[in-house]
Amino acid sequence: MSVEQKVKEIIMDELGVDEAAVVPEASFINDLGADSLATVELVMKFEDEFDIKIEEEEAEKITTVGSAIDFIKKQLGE
Amino acid sequence: MKRRVVVTGMGVFTALGTEVEEFYNNLLNGVSGISTIERFDTSELTVKIAGEIKNYDPEKYFERNEAKRLDRFTQYALIAAESAMKDSGLDLNTVDRDKFAVITASGIGGMETWQANYKIMMEKGTRRVSPLFIPMMISDIAAGRISIKWDLKGPNYSLTSACASSGHAIGTAYRTIQYGDADFAICGGAEAVITDLAIAGFANMKALSTRNDDPKTASRPFDRDRDGFVMGEGSGMLILEEYEHAVKRGARIYGEIAGIGFSGDAKDIVAPDPEGNGAKRAMLSAISDAGIKPEDIDHINTHGTATPPGDLAETMGIKAAFGAHAYNIAVNSTKSMTGHLLGAAGAIELIGTIKAVQTDTVHPTINQFNPDPACDLNYTPNKSITRKVRYAISNTFGFGGHNASILVKKFEG
Repeated sequence: MSVEQKVKEIIMDELGVDEAAVVPEASFINDLGADSLATVELVMKFEDEFDIKIEEEEAEKITTVGSAIDFIKKQLGE
Repeated sequence: MKRRVVVTGMGVFTALGTEVEEFYNNLLNGVSGISTIERFDTSELTVKIAGEIKNYDPEKYFERNEAKRLDRFTQYALIAAESAMKDSGLDLNTVDRDKFAVITASGIGGMETWQANYKIMMEKGTRRVSPLFIPMMISDIAAGRISIKWDLKGPNYSLTSACASSGHAIGTAYRTIQYGDADFAICGGAEAVITDLAIAGFANMKALSTRNDDPKTASRPFDRDRDGFVMGEGSGMLILEEYEHAVKRGARIYGEIAGIGFSGDAKDIVAPDPEGNGAKRAMLSAISDAGIKPEDIDHINTHGTATPPGDLAETMGIKAAFGAHAYNIAVNSTKSMTGHLLGAAGAIELIGTIKAVQTDTVHPTINQFNPDPACDLNYTPNKSITRKVRYAISNTFGFGGHNASILVKKFEG
């Protein structure tokens, strides 16, 4: 499964949203109904699922679907 | 100037029913809600039975993502609150929500959430502890969630006094309306601690019945062979309303809260005062608060957990409070059927008491096989009875020596 697809599925599962809404520019808080606690949980899930470590200052910048995909790809050296 | 307070809505979520009518019919019919625990592996535990709610599917009541953010006890609280709200027939668009109090109780709070996160911390480290751990686990969150769901903005909090918690919550809600700080209150309790850790803790203090091979007869309050309580779970919620408002809107009034009595044993952290002095003072305070006489009481729904010292102490407390009249009172224990719902016990038992006052029926104490000579009151053994019930008391007592008695009066206009 591609990184994009896996990120999308994690977001769909964590936030309970449809795939159609999970577009790169979608903001977790403004578009996908997340609150600040849900975004923390989402980052934890990314760490678990991709076996990476996301530092707090970096996590704060992951606010959209696209920024999550880009960051994780970079971490994985893709 | 004290105002009158009536009960206009009730909701339950228990192993014996998820609607008040079903719950009360099961109580009248002497049905036991106790069974073998299925939720987790009990092979290492000395206790393998509880009043477990079977086949519970959170997604029947909540969106999946919402359920994930609610500890089981808060789910139960919200379900019972929804039933009570509907039952009251209140149209929230016509009431002043700033005058709607939410006062809930839980003896323990989000135990499952606590355990799950502790396990995560031990296995994966502190970085993986959920940001929702605290707001799911804290025992007051049910009150917060209820207020958010219905936009209720009056006094809002939760309180804890172990197994007396919901008695105190309801009593405090009554005072809140009496003195005008609110016109309505949703109050009661919720508990969900059928977990290995909690069962181990209660079992190791020898508080629980070990009659694992016969769950339905395990809870034997006042019986000679009682060997401890059986853990229950669930929630009970009541809508209290200022009398004039309830009458004006033509509400169905189940009964009137006429008095409360709170006291402390100041004796032991877990054992009751052996002479039942704390219980006696709580009951007499409630009677005095209601402005009636001990002889006016027709029925007592006891704390009656089925621990050997607890039932004896409560019996002695009743005798000390009522003298010869103690033998005229129809006494019972709901826990003989439901098990002990800890912080929700006071609420579901008060609902049973209110139904008794409303319908002039008293549900039995089941599992009465061999009378205990030291417990010689009329415990309504095994079969429900019909009798006039004008005034009744519901007792709840908690570890720490907390006692709460709630006095209910038949609604007579």
